[in-house]
Amino acid sequence: MTPDTERPQIGLSLPRPDARDKVTGRTVYAIDAFPDGLVWAGVKRADVPHARLITVDTDAAARIPGVVRVLTHRDVPGPNRQGIVHQDQPILATETIRSVSDAVALVLAETRESLRTALGLIRVDSEPLPAVFDPEEALADGAPRVHEDHGSNLMAEVILNKGDADEGLGSAEVVVEGSFEVPRQEHAYLETEGGWAVETPDGRLEITVGTQSPYRDRREIAAALGLPMERIRVITPFMGGGFGGKDGASVQSLLALAALNASGRPVKMVWDREESFMASVKRVPARLEYRVGLGSDGTLHALICRLTMDGGPYDHLGGEVLSAAVEHAGGAYRIPHVRVEGRIAYTNNPLSGPFRGFGVPQATAAVEQMMDICAERLGMEPLALRLKNVLRRGDRTPAGVTLIYSTGAEACLRTLASHPFWTERSNWKAGAAPYKRRGVGVACLSHGSSYGPLVPDYATARVVLGLDGRFQVDASVVDMGQGNAATYLQMAGDILNQRMDDLSPVLPDTDRTLPACSSAASRTTYTYGNALITATGRLKERILDHAALMLMAGSGNEFELVPRAVRHLPSGRDIPLDQVAATMPAESRVSTYYWRAPVARDRVDVKLTSAIGIPHIVFSFAAHLVRVEIDDLTGRVDVLDYLAATDAGRVLNPQLYEQQVQGGVVQGLGYALSEDYMVKEGRGLTPNLATYIIPTAMDAPDMISVPVETMEPTGPYGQKGVGEIPINGPLPAVANAVADACGVRIFQAPLTPERILAALSAARRS
Amino acid sequence: MTIRFHLNGRAIHVDVPPDRRVVDVLRRDLGLAGSKECCGSGECGACTILVDGESRLSCLMLAAQLEGRQVTTIEGVAVDGRLHPVQAAFVEYGAVQCGYCTPGMVMAAMDLLQRTPDLTRARIREGLAGNLCRCTGYQKIVDAVQAAAVTSESDHD
Repeated sequence: MTPDTERPQIGLSLPRPDARDKVTGRTVYAIDAFPDGLVWAGVKRADVPHARLITVDTDAAARIPGVVRVLTHRDVPGPNRQGIVHQDQPILATETIRSVSDAVALVLAETRESLRTALGLIRVDSEPLPAVFDPEEALADGAPRVHEDHGSNLMAEVILNKGDADEGLGSAEVVVEGSFEVPRQEHAYLETEGGWAVETPDGRLEITVGTQSPYRDRREIAAALGLPMERIRVITPFMGGGFGGKDGASVQSLLALAALNASGRPVKMVWDREESFMASVKRVPARLEYRVGLGSDGTLHALICRLTMDGGPYDHLGGEVLSAAVEHAGGAYRIPHVRVEGRIAYTNNPLSGPFRGFGVPQATAAVEQMMDICAERLGMEPLALRLKNVLRRGDRTPAGVTLIYSTGAEACLRTLASHPFWTERSNWKAGAAPYKRRGVGVACLSHGSSYGPLVPDYATARVVLGLDGRFQVDASVVDMGQGNAATYLQMAGDILNQRMDDLSPVLPDTDRTLPACSSAASRTTYTYGNALITATGRLKERILDHAALMLMAGSGNEFELVPRAVRHLPSGRDIPLDQVAATMPAESRVSTYYWRAPVARDRVDVKLTSAIGIPHIVFSFAAHLVRVEIDDLTGRVDVLDYLAATDAGRVLNPQLYEQQVQGGVVQGLGYALSEDYMVKEGRGLTPNLATYIIPTAMDAPDMISVPVETMEPTGPYGQKGVGEIPINGPLPAVANAVADACGVRIFQAPLTPERILAALSAARRS
Repeated sequence: MTIRFHLNGRAIHVDVPPDRRVVDVLRRDLGLAGSKECCGSGECGACTILVDGESRLSCLMLAAQLEGRQVTTIEGVAVDGRLHPVQAAFVEYGAVQCGYCTPGMVMAAMDLLQRTPDLTRARIREGLAGNLCRCTGYQKIVDAVQAAAVTSESDHD
């Protein structure tokens, strides 16, 4: 198979065209550029969690040979406030320091060595303020306030009601309670935050940066620095991972500010691993308190739960993460009576916000463990309880949305129920060696894709026939590694019947591509793909019509596209595409189309303070099964087998689909078993990859991915998002498997060997 | 200090401080940005290169240690545009997502293939455990290395 001659078709595994440059080291990432005459920029961080900033003494730093500029908040033009929904984060700290990673000064220097020396010489004089490190305490009366101009530490609140939850719970035959804690997870993308920027002679700022949201960044940078948006250009090459952690401000405004002060020289900034761990956003840690009411036959009647989240010092989509958790708190089940009260607090802990799945992994961790606890209480099999209550098409979700589109949750569960991992689990568990114990756990998953109803989820696709007879396809939704740019080429190539090497992507560049929303929310292929299909189809029609004019044929219907040519089918004659292009008007060779994702029309009872909101209308579903073996002596959990049945609609490219499932599962296994960005008094205790443990090749199992292919009527070729849903499953599935193996449940993730040993010894004592 | 070594088959010399990190010599001084830096402390493997045919972490090596050595970076693996069997397998088997771990992973896999006959999946996983990947979940990387092992073996026949 030679990729460069491959003819792309929807539904076939097609090697990604970007892979060839990536395996040969030719792909240039934002932090790989070393432009001539560059200046290095770096940040001095506060290193105290909460304080009144008195002075920043930059004199000694400024005197270091090679130091170009030392900037503080006084050098920031404009409001000096960034943020996606609420602009509450200064680029450089003004009066108040709210976290150890707050930037207090920005240094520009000729070399990295002089930069390092200068940063070490900056003295920050500050007066400590009482700090708050626990979200419950932060929300209590009289707690120290993180933002003096914000009435309380409540970052956002979301309250969802359906039916009468108190009455539903009160009349339930069985009531089951559980309380769970999930940790702060670090994205740990291999490419840390970085990029470069330059002020051009005409006064524009060109910023090349790894970001999931170049168009929104452009607006945010302009607003924070008080510049007109037209002055800013954001360019995003292929990225070394993002996972939600590059959805929002990191280096962008700092680079822009540095470039404004570099006399036209290019400025480069790269955060090293420890700085990335310290200053980057994390998955929002959460406490989830659940009460579930059921009939004795296992029918779910009511759910009341309370979610408390720690948003850290700034609103980095914290409210939106909370909204997603609240909407998904009831999982993939019919529950007539629901009340979910969610709050996210400002604290002086590290920044937290988006991470693959938004708030859904947190909520799923709780609700899917509750399902096992309920099943055990009722003496039911875990899958039987789930199958009894699982959402089917036409049902209302726990938030009250009618599922009018594809709904394959039940089929996913049945895939597990008929698999030997499930049917033969008793024998398998009995086969454990001495001092080993085995367990099998399952979880059922749902994931709403795209944004909620309030912020338009849109993309404008563009495809161009070049004069050389080849096609350029805009990939204005960032490819942070998931391969959506490849999928766009595959779609366009299928419609146009062109070889992969006659199609090239145009990567996001706010000057060249057309606006699109962020690379997030399981929407990259779904939303852009819908726009692209129409744009490409229209271009094809125009090409065929033009060919008809050229040959004075009756109509375009007599023509079809073949690789590099238009074929007149009745005569068998081919016209090379470059000849067609040469005679087409330039504007006809460009086709664009705007598409906006559908939103739910159900009226749901939700009170919320955040902007994106709930509910969703298109959901992906999945069911996961894991087989684990636990060492009695060390508490170590080995994940031996993993089965993931996923309804993400039609599979456009099985290889890329599996990449998402396998990658998401292993990132989720890290969340389940080892990953915990531990914090004490606002400071990270796991500052690098030696102390914060992500899975290696030895920790990951071979996984089985079974696509459950529904046909999503609103999706491109029936597709739904698959990027996020896989990460929702591993934590609850592993927790259920560990409980199955040990006979005791551990309510705090990750399930480290220490926690497992403690649980085992507690069980022995009782 | 002038340091002479062979880089991707060509004799070269660089004038750099002897304590300059090799990853900086490659990426900055020689413009070979294919080797990635991701942790700077030997935990991730993204900067892996081959020195005298063995995998080494270029973030933990100093320039002077290259004197007289044969150095291969990711840029020197494909010959005349022809991919090495490991690279070809990475492309074909879907072992590449964001690609940031890929150069180091390819180098580590080449070293592993040279050193280890009879590669089982478990041995591949063990051999690549020093190279972190955050995207793939490793399964397709293992698939690719296993396939490359078969290809390499038949090449020798």
